[in-house]
Amino acid sequence: MDTALAVGIGLLIIAAGAALLTWFVRSRLVLGTTEDQATYRVLHMSSLATPALRAGLEAGAERAARHLRDLLGVPAIALTDGTTLLAWDGTGSDAHAHHAVSHARATVRDGSTGVLGPTPVACADPECLVRHAVTAALTTEDHVVGALTAYTGSRPSARLVRAVEEVARFVSGQLELAELDRSRAKLAEAEIRALRAQISPHFIYNSLGAIASYVRTDPEHARELLLDFADFTRYSFRRHGEFTTLAEELRSIERYLTLEQARFGGRLEVTLRVSPEVLPVAVPFLCLQPLVENAVRHGLERREGTGRITIVAEDAGNEASISIEDDGVGMEPERVLQNLVGESGDHVGLGNVDERLRSVFGDEHGLVVETAPGAGTRISLRVPKYAPGVHAS
Amino acid sequence: MSPTIGMAAILVTAVATILVGIVGIRAARTTSDFYVASRTVTPFWNASAIGGEYLSAASFLGVAGLVLAYGADMLWFPVGYTAGYLVLLVLVAAPLRRSGAYTLPDFAEARLESLPARRTASVLVVTIGWLYLLPQFQAAGLTVRTVTGAPQWLGPVLVAVVVLVGVLSGGMRSITFVQAFQYWLKLTALALPAIFIVLVWQSQGTPTINQDGPPVFAADTSVEIATSVSVAVQEPLEVWAEGIVNGEPVDGALRLGPGSHTLTTGTEVTFPAGALIPHADSLTPLAGDDWLLPLRAASEHPLYSTYSLILALFFGTMGLPHVLVRFYTNPDGRAARRTTVAVLGLLGLFYLLPTIYGAIGRIYTPELLLTGRTDAVVLLLPGRLIDGMAGDALTALVTAGAFAAFLSTSSGLTISVAGVLSQDLIGRRVRNPVRAFRLSALLALVVPITLALSSPSLGIADVVGLAFAVAASSFCPLLVLGIWWRRLTDAGAIAGLVTGGGLSTLAVLGTILWSPQSGWWGPLLAQPAAWTMPLAFLAMVGVSLATPRRIAAGVTRTMIRLHTPESVDLNRGDWDPEDRWRSRT
Repeated sequence: MDTALAVGIGLLIIAAGAALLTWFVRSRLVLGTTEDQATYRVLHMSSLATPALRAGLEAGAERAARHLRDLLGVPAIALTDGTTLLAWDGTGSDAHAHHAVSHARATVRDGSTGVLGPTPVACADPECLVRHAVTAALTTEDHVVGALTAYTGSRPSARLVRAVEEVARFVSGQLELAELDRSRAKLAEAEIRALRAQISPHFIYNSLGAIASYVRTDPEHARELLLDFADFTRYSFRRHGEFTTLAEELRSIERYLTLEQARFGGRLEVTLRVSPEVLPVAVPFLCLQPLVENAVRHGLERREGTGRITIVAEDAGNEASISIEDDGVGMEPERVLQNLVGESGDHVGLGNVDERLRSVFGDEHGLVVETAPGAGTRISLRVPKYAPGVHAS
Repeated sequence: MSPTIGMAAILVTAVATILVGIVGIRAARTTSDFYVASRTVTPFWNASAIGGEYLSAASFLGVAGLVLAYGADMLWFPVGYTAGYLVLLVLVAAPLRRSGAYTLPDFAEARLESLPARRTASVLVVTIGWLYLLPQFQAAGLTVRTVTGAPQWLGPVLVAVVVLVGVLSGGMRSITFVQAFQYWLKLTALALPAIFIVLVWQSQGTPTINQDGPPVFAADTSVEIATSVSVAVQEPLEVWAEGIVNGEPVDGALRLGPGSHTLTTGTEVTFPAGALIPHADSLTPLAGDDWLLPLRAASEHPLYSTYSLILALFFGTMGLPHVLVRFYTNPDGRAARRTTVAVLGLLGLFYLLPTIYGAIGRIYTPELLLTGRTDAVVLLLPGRLIDGMAGDALTALVTAGAFAAFLSTSSGLTISVAGVLSQDLIGRRVRNPVRAFRLSALLALVVPITLALSSPSLGIADVVGLAFAVAASSFCPLLVLGIWWRRLTDAGAIAGLVTGGGLSTLAVLGTILWSPQSGWWGPLLAQPAAWTMPLAFLAMVGVSLATPRRIAAGVTRTMIRLHTPESVDLNRGDWDPEDRWRSRT
């Protein structure tokens, strides 16, 4: 018991000593001179403001303001969008915050950097540190979207003016990136809408033709097929929700394949191997459908004799692994690559699915395509069972 | 029973487990069932799977051993193991399912929108998993030792190897139907011998289980000491011994005076009929009314210990990593509730059995009090009561069942712990996910097995109780407050997890390394839940109230999602890629 305690205390002391030594060595040898350290500090402070700014000016101003003020080392700063005050950080918010928009008016109007003296800025309190102001414009793609105003107690030096301009430029860069993020998300949304509308006309008239051929010989079967067709289209045209469960997606694929089987007759064999554990996994809406359609159209339509499609969804710990395999004519790997990067569009939605999977789950969750001419195609993907913000609805 | 049959039973179970994991699944799945809807797991099967993974060595062996030595108080173990699901049903099951979380760290991240909270939860999952694995390995050692006479280290190593081979070759799959089958195997393995035992007991005129006064040997009994033990003798004993007693070789009649005596491994001691049974120093068994009535334990403060145990077991179940992943298989919150109800029924049925073994074991295997290995009663009783082939067969069945219990629980836990390790703690350093998982599986096994081989033999159910205490003091507050209190913040959650989880882990370490016997320290450290759990709640609530600005940005959405039945059609919120930027600083 006593030895255990002694050993424990000894270990603690050694660990603490090691930590201290590491810190010491790092700070002295690795971080370099004071000049270097100042650079690092500035870089670090600007990196702190980055994530907030990437949310956009309106959403992130409040949280970014503190870091921007640290960066400039002034008593107070204000962020405005030309008409309203978005954030005030530092002293004097009671007396000055509501004037911040008017201080920035000239800058917002013509994009120039302005230096304001005590006349428009200062208040009655002689101790107040908010007496002078420097405002610089925030721009995205040459439009002024707001202004950054730094307040000081003494006349601003040329260096401060320069610093405010540089910080405003940095903020503008981040805002442009935020804009890019937003338009990318919008694009993805537009793409999925397009995909929804993109149930191929081939499929519709082929299905209806196949159904028509059964109407007389087997009316009951024709009726079932029509119901499948109705359910399939209802699911595909669904309006809300970016995500669905794997069970729903597979059910829709079942209907699709039933309709295709009616068309191909005995030429299309389907094997589904789905482990029940992965059915509740949330997947992007219509992420498998295009892959199966691809397997049918490019794998089987052009080949002689019976074709087989195998769909497997298996449990793999924190992920579900899904694969769609056909023994059709296969593809040229180079063409697949072009499809995935979006340069040619003859494989329905392959690139779109890949893009959406990557944007939702991260780059390591894209499509993996194994194929060669004459060797069939196997497309596999891994979907995490949980990803932040992803919910089937 | 001959060691060969025992070893055969163990090996057959081990090989069957691996084969079912690799080959069986493939065969079972290739039938191309076209209709997805028909493949959904029903609550009954899912409940069986939860039972199969949940019923561990503690349930299979430990409970009977505790009842044998300590009587009525110990019934709280089976009651608590089951009732935990009642709390889970009422407070957690459906909202947790609706959260979409697969593991506890997932829940922390989904609710609190904070990566540090996720990391903290990950560390605790690994801690609890290791604590829960430790007694599985101890029990494996005990089983192999009892049935075959092989050295103590063989069992843990065997289980670890089988689990590792299974986990690595079968990939990372957790197959519902295999685990469901395990439940019914365990139930049969315990129920069938129990029926015969009760029949034999009745045919002998139902000798009373609870004699007045301390237990005595009914007939001349010869005991071979498997592991060195020091025993307490109350009154002078005339025995015949061969081997080493108190460090001196003896061969022949020997008189043991009152006090403590050390019996070394391999010694064979024969006690005369009617002699008082000396008991191992590590035990303080009860007898007479003390055994039969609650709160009579020889330890100090039995009332505190009992309530603390109840708290740990009732509220710890919801924090067990390998249980929660099973809830993910339910299609919706409603199914999650139904599953939990079914689990309650199945566990209630199972836990009737260990008590029978423990009680009847008092008559037929009293020497376990001497060796201190009361956990072995389930394994020894069938062979003791039923002679010949039938006895051998039943012992083989019980052994196989016990081994199945270690294997299913350990592999479930290993997969859970390895999943969390590879995703949150190792995955950052090892890029290849398969390699990261393999490395994690190895790590998940190595730590508890080292502990099992080096630590002194604690009661199996006791250590499991400690795992429950840590879970109750960390994840119970996180889940309950996270689901029912919208003002919980990430800072509060982390503070509570660190306070509750940290203190209870320290108490566990204190118990294992120090094991104080006197005063308040003993019960406070051995049953920490009664003070660590309220402290964790306090820390969570206090720090959350002090940091109101850190309430997760999407809390309203999350709460709606957690508490609205899936059948209600409402906007649960679209995916918003910028969410990440808004909520993470």
